[in-house]
Amino acid sequence: MATVLSRRAFVAGSAAGLTFTFTFTGRLAKALAQAGGFAPNIWVTIAPDGTITIVAPAVEMGQGAMTGMPLVVAEELDADWSKVKIRHSPQGPGYGNPGFGGAQVTGASRSTPGYWMPLRLAGAQARRVLLDAAAERLGVPVGELTTEPSVVVHKASGRRLAYGEIAQFAKAPATLPTVTAADLKKTSEFRLIGKNHARIELPEKVTGAAKFGIDQSVPDMLIGGVLRAPVPGSKPEKIEDAAALSLPGVVKVVALPYGVGVVGLGYQDVQKGKNALKVTWSKGAPAEKYDSEAVVADYVGVAASVASKKGVVAHQAGDVGKAFNEASRRFTGVYVTDHVYHATMEPMNATAWVKPDSVELWVPTQSPTLTMLTAAALTKLPPTAVKVNTTLLGGGFGRRLEQDFTSDAVLLSKEMGRPVKVIWSREDDVKNDKLRPLTAQYLEAATDDAGNVTAWRYRIAAPSIYARANPRAFEAAKGVDAPVLEGFELSYAVPNQMMEYLREERGWDVGFWRSVGAGYTKFAIESFLDEIARAHKLDPVAFRLKMLAGNPRAAAVVKKAAEMADWDGKRPAGRALGIGFSDTWRSYIATVAEVSVNRQTGKISVHKLWSAVDPGIAILPDNVVAQIEGAAVFGVSSVLGERITVKDGQVQQSNFHDYTLLRMADCPEIQVEVMATDNAPGGIGEVGLPPTGPAIGNAIAALTGVRLRRLPMTPARVLAALKERV
Amino acid sequence: MRLTVNGKSVDVAAEPDESLLWVIREKLNLTGTKFGCGVAQCGACTVHLDGRAVRSCITRMSQAQGRSVTTIEGLSPDGSHPLQKAWITEQVLQCGYCQSGQIMQAASLLKSNPKPTRAQIVQGMNGNLCRCGTYNRIVRAIERAVKEG
Repeated sequence: MATVLSRRAFVAGSAAGLTFTFTFTGRLAKALAQAGGFAPNIWVTIAPDGTITIVAPAVEMGQGAMTGMPLVVAEELDADWSKVKIRHSPQGPGYGNPGFGGAQVTGASRSTPGYWMPLRLAGAQARRVLLDAAAERLGVPVGELTTEPSVVVHKASGRRLAYGEIAQFAKAPATLPTVTAADLKKTSEFRLIGKNHARIELPEKVTGAAKFGIDQSVPDMLIGGVLRAPVPGSKPEKIEDAAALSLPGVVKVVALPYGVGVVGLGYQDVQKGKNALKVTWSKGAPAEKYDSEAVVADYVGVAASVASKKGVVAHQAGDVGKAFNEASRRFTGVYVTDHVYHATMEPMNATAWVKPDSVELWVPTQSPTLTMLTAAALTKLPPTAVKVNTTLLGGGFGRRLEQDFTSDAVLLSKEMGRPVKVIWSREDDVKNDKLRPLTAQYLEAATDDAGNVTAWRYRIAAPSIYARANPRAFEAAKGVDAPVLEGFELSYAVPNQMMEYLREERGWDVGFWRSVGAGYTKFAIESFLDEIARAHKLDPVAFRLKMLAGNPRAAAVVKKAAEMADWDGKRPAGRALGIGFSDTWRSYIATVAEVSVNRQTGKISVHKLWSAVDPGIAILPDNVVAQIEGAAVFGVSSVLGERITVKDGQVQQSNFHDYTLLRMADCPEIQVEVMATDNAPGGIGEVGLPPTGPAIGNAIAALTGVRLRRLPMTPARVLAALKERV
Repeated sequence: MRLTVNGKSVDVAAEPDESLLWVIREKLNLTGTKFGCGVAQCGACTVHLDGRAVRSCITRMSQAQGRSVTTIEGLSPDGSHPLQKAWITEQVLQCGYCQSGQIMQAASLLKSNPKPTRAQIVQGMNGNLCRCGTYNRIVRAIERAVKEG
């Protein structure tokens, strides 16, 4: 797909409220016309029978983007939603997310915030093209026309033209009309947004017809797999492949820079081939000495060395030193979080067909742009020679921003001259993830006699994600790693603050794991605040509300969640409540957890969660509920039992028997209240996760007096903490 | 080897120790049944063998030979099984990857126990993982299917 929309125009238009102009190329118009229909712009095609096809620009990984994004276009187009069909966006810069500088990336809860204004303007522009065409046909000024769902109406004469009828005679204007924020509907005029609509792709998902990446099939395709080094970064030095090659289903063994590829007829053939390989790996990779337990101790030391170890200052307000000197009380706490694994249900995979002068890919990727660039770099072909077909994703959670699976497929197809579908085993997936960083967080606070927090020192020791994954952004931010520090800011009013990032590399690559930084920063912040409140014998909800007086959206969700949980009411014996709050991704949420603990085994049970969320405008309210529910379960699962350990550079876990995910029997009841406001919509896919950890930890503190400062809260750790107190 | 798949007798070239999952996916091209873990820990590969839920990843062809296999594609001709309808009504699915297995597990459960209690549903479904966290909606959908038939 050629560039149909200049990136400059797109990025310029992304600033909400500015003039937004689409450029239109004849080539695309022709292509769409051949597909049968009239295309007012690159987002919309209208068939003579009234069927409207709308492009969904963000990938679908379960978060509802395939329904929610086109709904925004349909709203401003005034389309009859029952006549809308969705087409997954082709790869092309015109469909990029301005929130990622125009790249096609789905992640970081940026789809709705990033595409919100561009998609509304696209819908309004398409509507305007239809209105202009109708005005000319009817011989009336365009100002006399209005629209009803999929119909242009001339009230004065009673004449009506359905969108399908207009599509039969309309011509795309040489220059598309300019639309601005002034041309958009008022939120009170929304007909589609804010109401529940069934997710568009679910019918094919209940029949097995939906095609995920792993289900792709290309004629003449072979299956591939890669035996990766036990220690990341090691290279194959000697490969003994005779046994593998003697297997009937193995076609070829291919040495790769980072592993050994096996190409065969089927998945099982490839697995057998991988198992039959004998490989000597190079020594000396930086990851070789990585030992996660040792790194924990190391990071705790670094984070707590306030005087001797200075970090990069990420935020500063007031005079922390002075405030600490004048404090009535001082508190310190060190919080630690272990590595966690993504565990998408669909293991990593990719299908590639490398031809002499072009590449075609079928990939469940969170970033078609990165997939394209990866294939182009590996084949030394220009990006325009690469075609990416994005499939449905069996979970993303940040894992599918990486392109290691794309590399496998491209390199093996290049070698074979045939299409190759690479499928990772679950063991490959567990052992070769880009885990959430291991972190140690040091917090120090000062309070006055009334329990007001007067100073806040916050130091995060962690490796960097952006230095590897987005070095330019990392450099531009002068060493402040935005995803690693995500969620560190306070909505709470604290006059003196000092926030430092201590980048500590130990040779182990880390990545984007659902909620990224906020998965641990909110755990530390919200737990530590709870410690302070309890020490002052203040109610944790009242304590928060006092500090949120200047932030009505934040205060409203805290109040609501407490009310939903009957915060002041009596609990069943052996149970207690805790609260957590998060303000990340322009959405506000508070979650209350009700827990109990088995004092013999140390096992925590989370019985119930109540979440109040203000996502701004809720495009699909039930989808907001579903995302909060899902992220909360993801959160509870990780907080209670998920942990990857690394010894001598090797991941110790291998599959779901030793990396345990939450199962139905341990799933809490979850109640979600969506408190939609007229604010621009925030992200929602990650929002439910950050408050669950602190809500659970705070509830345990309320129940037992024991403060759990490390994730996950495994039974062994809980038991040890309970014993220590006795 | 001969077996019945979704009501049709099929002959497929396979070794006795091959996994039923991969034969279904790669040789019969029925990709609705998913690969998740390969070791019967997640349930994504659940199919019915003579009407009962099994994990096809660890089911060998020697065990399936001569027997009747039902995959998600064969649960109903048009997605109209009460569970499939309830799954849509409750908007259960997120990514959807585990849901073929969830639905097949639930169908097997209802076959052996048409009116399960909530606790029986949870017990029956506990072997099926869902990373998107749709468990509560799965329970609701099963309860709805029981009620609405």
